[in-house]
Amino acid sequence: MSQVISSKGSSAAAPGTFRYQLKSFWSDFSASRGALFGLIFIAFVLLVALLAPWVAPHDPAMQDRAALLVPPVWHAEGSWNYILGTDAVGRDILSRLIFGARYSLSISAMVVVISMCGGIFLGLLAGYFRGWVETVITRVMDVVLAFPSLLLALGLVAILSPGLTSAMIAIAMVQLPYFVRLTRAAVIGEKNREYVTASRLAGAGHMRLMFNTLLPNCMAPLIVQATLSFSTAILDIAALGFLGMGVQPPTPEWGAMLANAREFMTSAYWAVTFPGLVILLTVLMINLMGDGLRDALDPKMKRS
Amino acid sequence: MKKTLLAAGVAAMMMSATPVMAKTLVYCSEGSPEGFDPSLYTTGTTFDASSKTIYNRLVQFKPGTTELEPAIAKSWEVSDDGLEITFHLRDDVDFQTTDYFTPSRPLNADDVIWTFERQMDKDNPYYKLANGSFEYFQSMSMGELIKSIEKVDDHTVKFVLSEPNAPFVANLGMDFASIHSKEYEEQLVDEGKPEMANQQPIGTGPFQFLNYQEDAAIRYQANPDYFRGKQPIDNLVFAITPDAQVRYQKLQAGECQVMPFPNPADVDSMKQNDDIQVLQEAGLNVAYLAYNTTQKPFDKPEVRKALNMAINKQAIIDAVFQGAGQTAKNPIPPTMWSYNDDIQDDQYDPDKAKQMLADAGVKNLEMNIWAMPVQRPYMPNARRTAELMQSDLAKVGVTANIVTYEWGEYLKRAANKDHDGAVILGWTGDNGDPDNFMGTLLSCAGVGTSNNVAEFCYQPFEDLIQKARTLDDQDERAKLYRQAQEVFKEQAPWDTLAHSTVFMPMTKNVTGYTIDPLGGHSFEGVDIEE
Amino acid sequence: MLRFLLVKLAQLVPTFIGVTIVAFAFIRLLPGDPILLMAGERGISAERYAQLQSQFGFDRPLIVQYWDFLSGLFRGDLGNSLVTHSPVIHEFMSRFPATMELSIFALAFAVIIGLPAGVIAAIRRGKTLDHTIVGISLTGYSMPIFWWGLLLIMLFSGTLGWTPVSGRMSFIYFIQPVTGFMTIDSLIAGDWGAFLSALHHLILPAIVLGTIPLAVIARQTRSSMLEVLGEDYVRTARAKGLSSYRVIMVHTLRNALISVITVIGLQVGLLLAGAILTETIFSWPGIGKWMIDAISRRDYPSVQGGLVLIAFIVMIVNLLVDVAYGVVNPRIRH
Repeated sequence: MSQVISSKGSSAAAPGTFRYQLKSFWSDFSASRGALFGLIFIAFVLLVALLAPWVAPHDPAMQDRAALLVPPVWHAEGSWNYILGTDAVGRDILSRLIFGARYSLSISAMVVVISMCGGIFLGLLAGYFRGWVETVITRVMDVVLAFPSLLLALGLVAILSPGLTSAMIAIAMVQLPYFVRLTRAAVIGEKNREYVTASRLAGAGHMRLMFNTLLPNCMAPLIVQATLSFSTAILDIAALGFLGMGVQPPTPEWGAMLANAREFMTSAYWAVTFPGLVILLTVLMINLMGDGLRDALDPKMKRS
Repeated sequence: MKKTLLAAGVAAMMMSATPVMAKTLVYCSEGSPEGFDPSLYTTGTTFDASSKTIYNRLVQFKPGTTELEPAIAKSWEVSDDGLEITFHLRDDVDFQTTDYFTPSRPLNADDVIWTFERQMDKDNPYYKLANGSFEYFQSMSMGELIKSIEKVDDHTVKFVLSEPNAPFVANLGMDFASIHSKEYEEQLVDEGKPEMANQQPIGTGPFQFLNYQEDAAIRYQANPDYFRGKQPIDNLVFAITPDAQVRYQKLQAGECQVMPFPNPADVDSMKQNDDIQVLQEAGLNVAYLAYNTTQKPFDKPEVRKALNMAINKQAIIDAVFQGAGQTAKNPIPPTMWSYNDDIQDDQYDPDKAKQMLADAGVKNLEMNIWAMPVQRPYMPNARRTAELMQSDLAKVGVTANIVTYEWGEYLKRAANKDHDGAVILGWTGDNGDPDNFMGTLLSCAGVGTSNNVAEFCYQPFEDLIQKARTLDDQDERAKLYRQAQEVFKEQAPWDTLAHSTVFMPMTKNVTGYTIDPLGGHSFEGVDIEE
Repeated sequence: MLRFLLVKLAQLVPTFIGVTIVAFAFIRLLPGDPILLMAGERGISAERYAQLQSQFGFDRPLIVQYWDFLSGLFRGDLGNSLVTHSPVIHEFMSRFPATMELSIFALAFAVIIGLPAGVIAAIRRGKTLDHTIVGISLTGYSMPIFWWGLLLIMLFSGTLGWTPVSGRMSFIYFIQPVTGFMTIDSLIAGDWGAFLSALHHLILPAIVLGTIPLAVIARQTRSSMLEVLGEDYVRTARAKGLSSYRVIMVHTLRNALISVITVIGLQVGLLLAGAILTETIFSWPGIGKWMIDAISRRDYPSVQGGLVLIAFIVMIVNLLVDVAYGVVNPRIRH
């Protein structure tokens, strides 16, 4: 994303160059106020996550035994010391949310990277070689898709023993088929285009054709899918946490925070409400951004 | 089978339709029963739905206590050598009349013998049906203990034991010993559908079964022929509601009148609610952190004691139990006879703990704390407890890693004699006997099983509890158990953490409910005031 | 058409075999075993453990166990639950209608609100109404539904007291199950009060479960409408006058419907995943909750049987969607 932003300041570029493409992409993307807003919000969350040790008022693991379930500052019993209140063992909720951003964002980013790389690889193989390779890959993906994703992820986490890494792998696994299908479809669509044939005639090998020629031209839908799966990953990890199988406490991951505080829904709403709200807002903003991306990348949706 | 189900349903409709002013009590139960034959299962949820409502036993625990009182047996004698126990049965006990069964005779000695035969006689059709999976009967070694059961006359039964066993009569008050109807079950066998006994139960209890919708509701009707008289309420419904939050919401909305297992965090707001009363009682349980006493440096009592002093138990009560519990100093709960209240607990004192560790030559200790993944009656949240311990131990220079496994795996690994570190676990009493705690959890026989995860085998302690087990006189036994608690405290194989408090929230108009210290939920004698 | 159908069916066979393998392996790969779980803190003796192992057949080679499972499957026998000892198929069938009923109402809610919302947004493109609809549907799409469900319960059942907290019907009524759908069974029984009670109990869970499909349908409808509305011929028609504009609208809607059917098809799998969470929150006695329980108890026969049945249903629904899609849009059947 930072790449895109830095290109903004560049002077007039000639049509057809990468710079020009970027510029046109940016003008399309920024035309949507929502997308821009989403981007700014996510950039802000990223910044806060990066600077967590400096911006968080407290150590996220510090337990203040004298301040269990203190309400947020606007309540009579609240204090500026704990702006959003504390949880059941006296930890500052705001600080945990700030540190939690690190986990939630990085886990989700890893999920996207894993499932996208795996999906692109398998999808390219399937779309490029067709035949039995395609059959095997699509059938296996069908099997994965035949189970409710959450159930499958739940089982995978249990098999790998609950924790950060296994939640990541499990969710990446259930996201994989979407990338495979998308890549495969895009590759099949592009494969018989002239530029591919030309490249093949020029003596390009399988690898070169797949990764250098075909892939860049299939990226647009994949990037859109990536933002989509980024937001789904945040939700899925939170859902796993809710069912007690996600990231394990004391890690201040948002879903785990929510799940851990569920018993206080009626007695200490803040412990449940804020993590939920942060999840909702982040996912919403990523989706807003994703919408903008799609509009900018998908020529069909462009304003005429 | 379909036909009978249908018939049951039609009858149920008619019954629920006719009495307009019928009193119905709805209980928001915490889970689905596994079935309705209590001898097959081990969970409290199943017992609440079967043995506590539909069945009776020869003897029973007096409501609200762990004392025995007569039930189907009006009296009993034990022979001098302790080998023969004779029960005299009431002659006015009828099995329930439902649309799927009409008894032709009152309960007699045959039914009692049948109840035990089906769990121990390999030729009994029910033994064959269940493949002998009568878990409680098996785990208590009843098959080996009972040498024979004789019918003296229609209302007298004699149990002959292979060795004297002090708690035997009390054991017959447990759920697995619920009396079944021989007539009904033989009839089912003749019809080729013996498995129906588990789906359409017949007992002698205060309520009779109407129907069960899986995961949704169980309906009962007051048994009009109950030997203690018909119940004040006409219908009893178990509305299956696994989520504590939702149960509370339902109670507030008036969708149910009684609920078990509230969130400790909600209890305060319940108490403030004008429509809700909350009964409470100390639970018959203990939660503990068991050090592996065979492992260095936990093999030294002074190290164990130092760690105990480093852990702030009151903080656990506040943050994990939300006040719904009390700190524990002994391995048995304070409501149990022989509880030694003179014992001084190791006080929370991080400085002294640090000193003691240094004296014992323990430096830079790194240890595992095992936290179970599930909520148990004695421990609402083991992970949170472990987090608190972790932070306490850090203050005395001990690095604690929290480890956890899936529940079955957790027990299996903790049962391994060489498991690494200290394990959070606990126990809920089956009967009121101290042996059920100290004998089960801390005896040499338990080493290498999931019962004794401290792997504690200390001869002076062992001698005391073994001697207490064979004695008949309760005062003598209590003296030995009190001594055993002293030895326990010196040795400190556990950090005794807490005894949880049992809460039963219910609407204000419910009367006559008593909390069962053994953890069951019974609605005998419960009424709703208009 | 027939050929298309046959090809699709043939493709299902290897997928189904794969599904049985995954379902079988899934539960056995999970750490912990059902016997130890049943024993709990109380523990179990080694002899008794071995005895139960052989009774359940866990001591035989995995391949033999798998073969038993597979051959049982073809005989329609999924074995008995380890926990309740009753047939898995019976356990499944007694809960499946509850999930079906909930899902159908959730989908109906999603379509009835989502479709018009999408159409309106497309027509009023760029206006405040469009932005509002897009904003709301994106929010719905981003919703952690377990959190959403808890909030709704707190508000509507707790504070306002408008809806029941959980369950499928008030306990005043008892309706003999015929179809297992409370709404239909109460009508069969001719009991209006029970019918209304069943509807009343469906409102919140259906809204919670329908939230994400609603958002997806609204967005999908809007974008497919826009796609067609942007075409030249539609613009010409628009310029020409209202009557042909109306014709175009109908045409456009038909196209939009096709994509909605696809979306619904894709939502079935997601709906089942959502059902797991929704059923957990509302104590809805459906298969989602049942599966979670079975997994946590390591009830091998229930988990493997349930997984196969669920996967089978998802596959069949996807097939039906493919076929329906092929019927309305003949281009894709080659």
